[in-house]
Amino acid sequence: MTSWFSGILPNDELHAPLEHLPRRHRQKNVGALERTISVLAGGLLVGEGLKRLSLPGLAAAAVGAHLVRRGATGHCGMYHALNVTSVEEDSKLLSHPLHQHIRVHKVMTVNKPAGEVYAFWRDLENLPRFMQHLERVSVTGEKTSHWVARGPRERVVEWDAELVEDKPGEVISWKSVGGSQVPNAGEVRFKGLSEGRGTEVHVLLMYDPPAGVLGALYARLFGAEPGQQVKEDLRRFKQLMEAGELPTIEGQPQGQC
Amino acid sequence: MKALCWCGKKNVQVQNVDDPKIINPRDALVRITTTAICGSDLHLYDGYIPTMEKGDVLGHEFMGVVEEVGGGVGNLKKGDRVVVPFTIACGNCFFCQRQLWSACDNSNPNAWMMEKAYGFTGSGLFGYSHMMGGYAGGQAEYVRVPFADVGPLKVPEELEDEQVIFLTDIFPTGYMAAENCNIQKGDTVAIWGAGPVGQFAIRSAKMLGAEQVVSIDHYPKRLKMAAEGGAIPIDFNDEYVYERLLDLTGGRGPDACIDAVGLEAHGTTPDALYDRVKAATFMATDRLHVLRQAIHCCRKGGTVSVPGVYAGFLDKVPMGAAFGKGLTFKMGQTHMHKYLKPLLEHVRAGRIDPRFVITHRAKLDQAAEMYALFAGKKDECIKVLLKP
Ligand SMILES: NC(=O)c1ccc[n+]([C@@H]2O[C@H](COP(=O)([O-])OP(=O)(O)OC[C@H]3O[C@@H](n4cnc5c(N)ncnc54)[C@H](O)[C@@H]3O)[C@@H](O)[C@H]2O)c1
Ligand SMILES: [Zn+2]
Ligand SMILES: [Zn+2]
Repeated sequence: MTSWFSGILPNDELHAPLEHLPRRHRQKNVGALERTISVLAGGLLVGEGLKRLSLPGLAAAAVGAHLVRRGATGHCGMYHALNVTSVEEDSKLLSHPLHQHIRVHKVMTVNKPAGEVYAFWRDLENLPRFMQHLERVSVTGEKTSHWVARGPRERVVEWDAELVEDKPGEVISWKSVGGSQVPNAGEVRFKGLSEGRGTEVHVLLMYDPPAGVLGALYARLFGAEPGQQVKEDLRRFKQLMEAGELPTIEGQPQGQC
Repeated sequence: MKALCWCGKKNVQVQNVDDPKIINPRDALVRITTTAICGSDLHLYDGYIPTMEKGDVLGHEFMGVVEEVGGGVGNLKKGDRVVVPFTIACGNCFFCQRQLWSACDNSNPNAWMMEKAYGFTGSGLFGYSHMMGGYAGGQAEYVRVPFADVGPLKVPEELEDEQVIFLTDIFPTGYMAAENCNIQKGDTVAIWGAGPVGQFAIRSAKMLGAEQVVSIDHYPKRLKMAAEGGAIPIDFNDEYVYERLLDLTGGRGPDACIDAVGLEAHGTTPDALYDRVKAATFMATDRLHVLRQAIHCCRKGGTVSVPGVYAGFLDKVPMGAAFGKGLTFKMGQTHMHKYLKPLLEHVRAGRIDPRFVITHRAKLDQAAEMYALFAGKKDECIKVLLKP
């Protein structure tokens, strides 16, 4: 699974043509597991339905065929009509003056006060602890930092970033600068809740995947399903903040059958 | 070390595997002194729970002695004797802090899997599929216990293993099932399933003040044990359950009904999906019958409490009856951590002696044999303890 990076891109640093936007982001609205279940359940319904040559049987077969189709194509007309999606990607975006092609917005509530949550994130060198494909972030100045990530085939990708906004307990945003190979931008907003209910952490990231080799680099860095990666990184952030460690089973015993 | 591994449907084997080690600061290593086989393990054994992998170490009911602790565990030390709850919980999240321990946000490394299937993740569990975290279980010589600073409970030396081992699951599970019934003075509670969970639900319902407890099953030995615990037994092969329950409640119906059976056939494995279609086509299997019957029999405004495990989708649930009677449903994995201390107190004070439920004791080496015996309900088997 790949990771994501935040950083708000100034428009003039981006030159990716629109046609390189993966169209499936707009069309797929049925998630992977649901698609598998859909195909399986649909297949069974078709089988069972056709076995019973009655009206309900044929209806079951028709429903089954629909399930197989949406499972295979990842598109469900009913979902579309109802404007719901089980693909982990939000289309509802925070308003932002920049107009990038891919934006991902995710929110998670962390059971800690806003000040504490902000402080952990603001120490940018903490980011690789929960953003999976970041190798390291070094703070190079009051507003500047240097980011190192692992790209495809263990290729190291580096860029400089600059803080755009920084309000303690409220918001941090940043963007890559200086002709980065992977221009990207992001913002994290913290919303403290009443009654000790913790802090909502809203993450917005933007990038514009270019064509060719760089496109593949993006796919690796930001993932084929960017929403899911943001979510997993955000989940790791929450786990670190709340539990102090990341749950894992790596390195535990396993039998051989 | 030796550990019982899942090798596929109806195939479990004791194998030599690597010893577990401390991975995270809040981990502890426990040398197991006693472990048990649970009705929930049978769902794995029978292949109904998806996301099992060959070689997974089974077992979620275990206790033992602390061997080593990570840097983040301040309250335990080497040599402490502990019981370990089967749910793994961080203690700090929204849910843990509201005593909803089995809904912990932070203990499932595969949270995304359960999220895809159920919308949200639950806590990690020991030895209970990768969707539930994939943690190696405790039917073994040693086990790694994550978040050991909030889970394990030290037990007093004067209580032997057999008196406290069931604090790791079935006593709290039966107790929460009864607590979920919101029992009032004079209430009748009907409990389907006289397995270990049903047995503890019977005794817990009594402790919580139920006037009349009814136990429904078809194994004479289990019904006898239920009667010894103060329940009125109904053998569903000999009697009409609904009619009998009406007789016992002056025609009003039980105030609460507990489904301590569960529904194996509803998972998301292909064969479970097939069973699901079959259930839809041929109306029902025996096991679906329990939940339907509980809903059907429950009095108006009563509670249906479901400790029995469900994993997938249900067909032909009489929702009309549930709605028409204004029933309350309570269910879920047990919020273990909430119950350990108070129930240990009940044991210590002698209000219950959990040993009553044990019918078989064996070595860990014989685990495969004991699974087959328990699954087939042979030799009047009700609860098996294993010693590494
Ligand atoms: N919620 C939890 O956290 C939790 C914890 C432990 C166990 N469980 C679940 O509780 C259930 C029972 O566990 P157990 O260890 O007692 O298992 P078990 O298999 O020993 O007992 C189940 C009993 O149900 C009986 N039964 C089957 N069909 C019936 C019917 N139609 N009417 C009445 N009784 C019927 C069986 O004869 C058997 O005695 C299982 O589903 C298990 O997975 C849940
Ligand atoms: Zn159990
Ligand atoms: Zn928790």
